[in-house]
Amino acid sequence: MMQTPASTTAEADADLYLPRPATVRSRTVLTATEMLFELAMDDGKPLGHMPGQFVEVSLPGIGEAPISVSSSPDGRDRFELVVRRAGRVTAAMHDCRMGERVGIRGPFGTHFPVDGVLRGRDVVFIAGGLGLAPLRSAIQYVLNHRKDYGRVTVLYGIKSPVERMFLDELDDWSRRPDMTFMETVDRADATWKGNVGVITRLIPAAEIDPKRSIVVACGPPIMYKFVIVSLYSIDVANEDIYVSLERRMKCGIGKCGHCQIGGLYACLEGPVFHYPVLLGVEEAI
Amino acid sequence: MPAKKLSQSALALWVRKLIETRRVVAPQAKAEHFAYAPLSQAEDLRLDHDVTILPPRKYLMPPSEVLLRFTRKDGYTSVIEHEPMILFGVHPYDVAAIAQADRYFLHDRPDIHYQTRRRSITIVASDVQNASEDVFAACLGTATVHDGFDVLLTRVGDAYVIESRTPAGDALLALAQDLQEADPVSLGRREQVWEDAQKLLRRQVLKCNPQELPALLDAAREHPVWEKRSQTCFSCGSCVTVCPSCFCFDVEDELDPDLQSGTRRRQWDACLLSGFAVVAGGHNFRKRREERYRHRFYRKAKYLPERFGFMGCVGCGRCVKACTAGIANPVEVYNTLLEGAS
Repeated sequence: MMQTPASTTAEADADLYLPRPATVRSRTVLTATEMLFELAMDDGKPLGHMPGQFVEVSLPGIGEAPISVSSSPDGRDRFELVVRRAGRVTAAMHDCRMGERVGIRGPFGTHFPVDGVLRGRDVVFIAGGLGLAPLRSAIQYVLNHRKDYGRVTVLYGIKSPVERMFLDELDDWSRRPDMTFMETVDRADATWKGNVGVITRLIPAAEIDPKRSIVVACGPPIMYKFVIVSLYSIDVANEDIYVSLERRMKCGIGKCGHCQIGGLYACLEGPVFHYPVLLGVEEAI
Repeated sequence: MPAKKLSQSALALWVRKLIETRRVVAPQAKAEHFAYAPLSQAEDLRLDHDVTILPPRKYLMPPSEVLLRFTRKDGYTSVIEHEPMILFGVHPYDVAAIAQADRYFLHDRPDIHYQTRRRSITIVASDVQNASEDVFAACLGTATVHDGFDVLLTRVGDAYVIESRTPAGDALLALAQDLQEADPVSLGRREQVWEDAQKLLRRQVLKCNPQELPALLDAAREHPVWEKRSQTCFSCGSCVTVCPSCFCFDVEDELDPDLQSGTRRRQWDACLLSGFAVVAGGHNFRKRREERYRHRFYRKAKYLPERFGFMGCVGCGRCVKACTAGIANPVEVYNTLLEGAS
């Protein structure tokens, strides 16, 4: 009688759960809670992502967490992740030094339509807080192919000045003649000389042409409710809005069930959604 | 292979032979109930069971399963666990649920862990002899099955009609002695068993065609039934644990005592548990019991049918018994919605 479970260990190329090794090439402190990691796949190949997609980052013995890719894919072997210290995996990630190895699965999910409907249109990026991390990938992409798009506008809102990320890039964006950059903070401090107030305040001032523009937004759940209403007030149509939604994307491949938004999977149909798809999906925003 | 006939004693001999050569898992008595367990002697086999406490899902997707091994130094390696076995005596509704799991895990990009386990399992299905008191499989078209198994056993009086559908099934039948050709009378009685199953497995009655449920739910999001019934929900996940059509899982790392190596495992998870939709930072996208309770019914009767073409329920009635609060019964939920709709 056979009672002993048989088990085999195999290099299974087809294993959707097997991370590929990547190495930390550099790390940069962005804020008190956010750290930027530059990574390279150990096989030397580019990650192969599009702006807005995410990866699952693995640390042995700690676990796995979904993180949006924050850099544009353009011809680079390296990719960047903004990691907010929020849970077990991200806290351990903050302890990773240059040269340390992590596991990567992905890229997964849908991407901002930088290679599609955004072409030839005015593009308005609306980033709330950490939402700048995934949007930065698309912003870099659009700026790298600047002539393919109409006017480019970036609106950035955060709670307080100390949470601002990518200070050099923000500075660059604000100086570039071929784009408009506006930012605001909910609460100013002694150093802050810019706009104060929620991000929706920037929308009427941004001179968005609703006929020519596509809006791409990423931020915390609460932000969308107000941003969408504000966009309606300047006549932006649902069809011209894309949003990126955060959920607990545990497996990344539509099997584990954690990231379901109604009948949609954030890891398959998202994280980037064409806004009309979400109309009537109660749990979405 | 055409249907054969086995006497009761020949069946027992055959099962004995199977146990000698293969790992056999089958329904057996467990206190007042029945449960799937490794079969060590033919006498313990209970083909007369009404329903088992847990569905055979636990052998296709174990409660905890190793996906990877890792060491801090060398990274990750796939671990493809599998356990060749015969699942013996599987009721039609559970066969239907296994076909659903196949579709769920093997469509698009196959899950190799599920696939490898599934390929090493041979299914001997058994038509139902005794119905459990909560069963409504006949309302969902799963009182009988005509595919999704390797061998089908049907009791006809003192004997069994046995039919193989696959080469793996043929190989099992080759181990049987005293196989006779199934005579027309026995085959006629089998037809009768299938016909009777439509009445037998209808202890509860769903008052609509299951194909109507997605549209029914479309209009029912604000229905008071969700709030009312979920008031007493313990968020314990028992309904999910006993469900043959629930597939959600969590993944966790487990360190060996040396703290240098370990395993990544997947475990059953349940959308009824309060933390199921929590993201890093603590935001819970289904914070209220009512939202979690409602999500389960929507997933089963709307999201899965729309995405995969099957309803995530086979009418086994296990959740009815498992639910301490007495609120899990899908028939009560859907019939309540129907009352409001008419």
